[in-house]
Amino acid sequence: MIHSLFLINSSGDIFLEKHWKSVVSRSVCDYFFEAQERATEAENVPPVIPTPHHYLLNVYRHKIFFVAVIQTEVPPLFVIEFLHRVVDTFQDYFGSTNVGDQLPTGQLSVVPWRRTGVKYTNNEAYFDVIEEIDAIIDKSGSTITAEIQGVIDACVKLTGMPDLTLSFMNPRLLDDVSFHPCVRFKRWESERILSFIPPDGNFRLLSYHVSAQNLVAIPVYVKHNISFRDSSSLGRFEITVGPKQTMGKTVEGVMVTSQMPKGVLNMSLTPSQGMHTFDPVTKLLSWDVGKINPQKLPSLKGTMSLQAGTSKPDENPTINLQFKIQQLAISGLKVNRLDMYGEKYKPFKGIKYMTKAGKFQVRT
Amino acid sequence: MSASPAYSEEKGGSSSLGEPEYGHDPASGGIFSSDYKRHDDLKEMLDSNKDSLKLEAMKRIVAMIARGKNASDLFPAVVKNVACKNIEVKKLVYVYLVRYAEEQQDLALLSISTFQRGLKDPNQLIRASALRVLSSIRVPIIVPIMMLAIKEAASDMSPYVRKTAAHAIPKLYSLDSDQKDQLIEVIEKLLADKTTLVAGSVVMAFEEVCPERIDLIHKNYRKLCNLLIDVEEWGQVVIINMLTRYARTQFLSPNQNESLLEENPEKAFYGSDEEDSKDDKLDAASLVKRKPYVMDPDHRLLLRNTKPLLQSRNAAVVMAVAQLYFHLAPKAEVGVIAKALVRLLRSHSEVQWVVLQNVATMSIKRRGMFEPYLKSFYIRSTDPTQIKILKLEVLTNLANETNISTILREFQTYIRSMDKDFVAATIQAIGRCATNIGKVRDTCLNGLVQLLSNRDELVVAESVVVIKKLLQMQPSQHSEIIKHMAKLTDNIQVPMARASILWLIGEYCEHVPKIAPDVLRKMAKSFTGEEDIVKLQVINLAAKLYLTNSKQSKLLTQYVLNLAKYDQNYDIRDRARFIRQLIVPTEKSGALNKYAKKLFLAQKPAPILESSFKDRDHFQLGSLSHLLNAKAVGYQELPDWPDEAPDPSVRNVEVPEWTKCTSREKRKEKVEKPFYSDSEGESGPTESADSEPESVSESESESGSSSSESGSDSGSRGEESGDQSEEEEKKKKKKKKGKEGEEEEEQGKKGKKKKPQHEGKGGSETSWEEGSISESSSSESDSGSEAEESQSEPESKRRTTPPSSKPAPKASRKGTKEISLLDLDDFTPAPPQPASSPAIVSTSLVTDLEGLTLTDASLTPTMLSPVFSTVKTYELLHRMAGEGLSVEYYFNRQPFPPDPHMVAVQIQFSNNTESEVKNLRVSEPKLVSGMRIQEFQEIESLAPGDTANVIMGIDFCDSTQAANFQLCTHSRQFYVSIQPPVGELMAPVFMSENEFKKEQGKLTGMSEITEKLTLPDKCQSDHTIVQRVTAAANVSRVPCGVDNEYRFAAKTVTSGSLVLITLERKEGARAHLTVNSEKMVIGTMLVQDVSQALAQ
Repeated sequence: MIHSLFLINSSGDIFLEKHWKSVVSRSVCDYFFEAQERATEAENVPPVIPTPHHYLLNVYRHKIFFVAVIQTEVPPLFVIEFLHRVVDTFQDYFGSTNVGDQLPTGQLSVVPWRRTGVKYTNNEAYFDVIEEIDAIIDKSGSTITAEIQGVIDACVKLTGMPDLTLSFMNPRLLDDVSFHPCVRFKRWESERILSFIPPDGNFRLLSYHVSAQNLVAIPVYVKHNISFRDSSSLGRFEITVGPKQTMGKTVEGVMVTSQMPKGVLNMSLTPSQGMHTFDPVTKLLSWDVGKINPQKLPSLKGTMSLQAGTSKPDENPTINLQFKIQQLAISGLKVNRLDMYGEKYKPFKGIKYMTKAGKFQVRT
Repeated sequence: MSASPAYSEEKGGSSSLGEPEYGHDPASGGIFSSDYKRHDDLKEMLDSNKDSLKLEAMKRIVAMIARGKNASDLFPAVVKNVACKNIEVKKLVYVYLVRYAEEQQDLALLSISTFQRGLKDPNQLIRASALRVLSSIRVPIIVPIMMLAIKEAASDMSPYVRKTAAHAIPKLYSLDSDQKDQLIEVIEKLLADKTTLVAGSVVMAFEEVCPERIDLIHKNYRKLCNLLIDVEEWGQVVIINMLTRYARTQFLSPNQNESLLEENPEKAFYGSDEEDSKDDKLDAASLVKRKPYVMDPDHRLLLRNTKPLLQSRNAAVVMAVAQLYFHLAPKAEVGVIAKALVRLLRSHSEVQWVVLQNVATMSIKRRGMFEPYLKSFYIRSTDPTQIKILKLEVLTNLANETNISTILREFQTYIRSMDKDFVAATIQAIGRCATNIGKVRDTCLNGLVQLLSNRDELVVAESVVVIKKLLQMQPSQHSEIIKHMAKLTDNIQVPMARASILWLIGEYCEHVPKIAPDVLRKMAKSFTGEEDIVKLQVINLAAKLYLTNSKQSKLLTQYVLNLAKYDQNYDIRDRARFIRQLIVPTEKSGALNKYAKKLFLAQKPAPILESSFKDRDHFQLGSLSHLLNAKAVGYQELPDWPDEAPDPSVRNVEVPEWTKCTSREKRKEKVEKPFYSDSEGESGPTESADSEPESVSESESESGSSSSESGSDSGSRGEESGDQSEEEEKKKKKKKKGKEGEEEEEQGKKGKKKKPQHEGKGGSETSWEEGSISESSSSESDSGSEAEESQSEPESKRRTTPPSSKPAPKASRKGTKEISLLDLDDFTPAPPQPASSPAIVSTSLVTDLEGLTLTDASLTPTMLSPVFSTVKTYELLHRMAGEGLSVEYYFNRQPFPPDPHMVAVQIQFSNNTESEVKNLRVSEPKLVSGMRIQEFQEIESLAPGDTANVIMGIDFCDSTQAANFQLCTHSRQFYVSIQPPVGELMAPVFMSENEFKKEQGKLTGMSEITEKLTLPDKCQSDHTIVQRVTAAANVSRVPCGVDNEYRFAAKTVTSGSLVLITLERKEGARAHLTVNSEKMVIGTMLVQDVSQALAQ
């Protein structure tokens, strides 16, 4: 399948190579560099690049291209998914996360995802229900599309071979899910209970998707008034962020970014709170808002100076929003209980909820 | 796939990073050290006696290799260390060897003997790693050695080594394709392997070596389908892709009735209302010829078993299932894949890119499937351009009369994007929508015309090109637009757009008679400065004008043609010459120029704007070839469905195996998920043991009802949810207390909970018992509902029979006394039949016998007559349910002479009615495939108050699945089932201590299951322990030299696989129970049963 693997950094150095079959000369990467040049931006490099004798399949993460050399037909996702797993493993191994010191050793076990002989003095199991809202809001503030991408990430440090079950108050919400291989699928099908022997350490138990067909609550709104005038070289810029359906929780970690049109030379803005920056080269405006206080809504007002002589840009910038809401799963998903079988001790259990903005865009 | 073990091997190398002094040798740090010298230094380190130095050297060498530096001159120094005792050094030497052996073949041969030795190592990991390295060394001279090693490894006891053998096959094949025939033999052997570990790897080998040998799959087809869910994810992808191809050769198209429709995608596009009757007739005619379609059960099996994998976390698996459904499922069922594919759109952008291309192809053929997800394809300004363009493609494919207005509104936003490539693609997309949906054509055209005044030239140019195509459809109505465009020639510089305008004016010069010559005049002026495509169109325009309006344009045409004659580009010179001949009548030109007008101004069909993904589905979706729209090397064509289905019986398997006997029934789950099944059986009971008493402690009023309700699943469920919400509220209140408090609370509850368990008779069992009832009753309703879908009436009837018939046998596994707990005290267990068990041998006698036979020292373990102390009876038919007839059975542990692969079951009928029961017999066994029943002889009559004993044989295929059959009398029939405890699936064998140890050595790794347990006080004596083990399982004791150890051996009845039990007592009451068996399911279940028996 994968013949060779090359790791290429952002300055174009091949700094690591690995060959599983005969050595493929690193000159094969020239085809990759060509494609990279054509694409201008890293994110537009085609993941599959055909060359006369090979196919180059690549993924781009952490500013590194992982380029796999293939010679024969193979499902492209097989390679791409595998490369991403390689990156994940690197990240775990070299990164600062605490599972780093353990690589899987369970290849011979009946529970291949869990190493044997796990021992902890403090037995604990934490589950984070994290939901991200992907939304597109149109000019007038109405929702064009909104969906929720949720995950349950776990950090389980339990001695021995614990067998856990996790049940939900409203499992019906979860109609589009994908599981970690440890989850017993049949049990879920019949009882809507997650039953599993967990891997040791951090892992993603479940991801789920609440699709655009459902009604998704939108926790913030953006009021905007961005106008360019044909005659003048000054434009008006004004945005206000406010809470909407937050279930009484505080919206925090709010961050507004927007790619301004090329014609904008500079911006002179005053925020009512937080810090803002505008990079005149990349034309990227970012405003670190922080917490939203419903009594005093944060706003950013001012003027844009436009290139003189040119006519007004025909597009208005899109506003990208980031935010966090603690202790809330916006879909309403709620864990009912967590039980452990198979081991005698009492574990320390914890569940946390969080809602974040995913790809949250407001068109203006 | 092979990378991960290798990776974990290498990881060890970093363990001694802390090595202090040797890390910085002076030579490597100095600026004067040349590469040569540096290597000298490494050689010295490798030659030293210290492992730490060697390790450090190897680390540096491997790092050099990874950076792409040449380290080949170190080969002799490195290869010497292949026999190094230090495992870390050894691993790194392997890495080096695999990289350089090909370049230094002679020297590499020095290392071969080490690997050959490794292949015989008792440790399976070492055997596997030796084979892995040996097969990765690309030295042709060792091909015979590799072949031999692979063959041997393919029969290794360890599935992990067999898996490695499967990995080695493609490597050897790529080194020497002459080995194909021999390798196919190995593949055939490994395909028959029953473990999930091997399945994916051997199918991969099959795909690389002999994908055309589809016949090798037949016998393994059902097994592969059934194992699939437990195979590791990468193996799943390979198997699913292969099975897609297989199914295309073996089954009939499930959509053959619709295939006529599909041949005409245009029609499908516009929807059903445009169907004309002619086609209907055709359809009907062809339908008559065809037999009514019935899906092959094996086809269904594949679809059913792959569906759950749509929920895999692995995008490649989801895609594999999606393509399988797309290519194999009936049209009505394909829809299920859409949701899963849409979910993948949240993944990494590379995954999105691949998935979107496949969705694009699918959405052309099966648009309805993705329509509900339209909004998921809406574009964000932050999407990478290549993703935007693919989403646009999908949106365009999904456009129809009902959603077009929404889509166009979206497009409107996209047109204002800053990403101009994306805007251009949007304009193209609008063009396509306009051609496909007549209703919006004018709207689109107007919109595009407005874009002509856009400031961005690219946008204008793209619009011109698209407008040109649209105008061709109805030019007469749009002369205004053509005029507008003519004016644009003054400003637009993009060659393609200029060329398009010129073509339009030439083509429709009759609609713009005044403007056309003027445009030609301007173009003639700028001719020399134009791009080639523009020049060609200028010539074209000139020719057309000459033919229609020669008065005004004759001179201009001459001028243009003259310019073209001396152009640098020979295409243009050629064209000019050709056109002059054609349009200007001369003596030589002959008849052709009479037709010039017809040639140039013929009605031209409007171009069809169609997706570049159209018809791409002749490539297997999800493949590289599909993505590239070109056949990649090694691509296997997706065959067309056959007209006649090949013989389905080729997939029948004569030799029953436990994995296969499950093929059709969903209850196979129990067996299929070897690991899950038993733990499910375990977690079920523990769960209710946990939750029931909890409700007792929380709400006292309910305490009375909870025990009586435990039988009915729904009752206890409702109650549970009730107190859950209560608990939730409590939790809220306690939130302030913090987790610590909650934890304590939990502890408290658990403590209370334990109390009832120790109270009363069989206290601890009660909760277990309750658990197993609710478990089995829920599993019954499970199977019942599935039976409804797949099977007929009798199955659902079985469901309605009193619950006692089914759960009882399972529950009673724990002994007869519990039965009374369940059965409302109106049942008294019949005493065991002493008459029918003549061969009861005391354990001590067996030990004596062992001593005698030891002298024979036969290598093959001989079967022993069974040993058991107590006989447990199980109820087959309760007196109440049987209307006075009660039936019990027990496993008499005798060989069943008519068929040695069957378990003998002694059945006792007692007639408690007032009248005679006649014609007692078995009928209509409903068995999972592979399972067999040898019925007992019909009992002609049974007088009132009488009892009768018969023996029947059941081949359970080494699984604990129930054998279901009907028990008939002259007047009634009863649905009954016999479910064997795992301990009854085996027959004792005799072994010597040495044989036992030897066999045990072969059954390690996954075949070994160990559990720690604490022996209760009453179970401390040798006698009780042996008695309890032999009661739990039909095993015989094996002599043992050690005091604190007990050994037992048996063979499974059907396949004759060894089952070895070891109980090792530790200090205190602790003990280790180990079961070694190739049959992992049996092993795990046995561990449970035996430890339960001991813990009682």
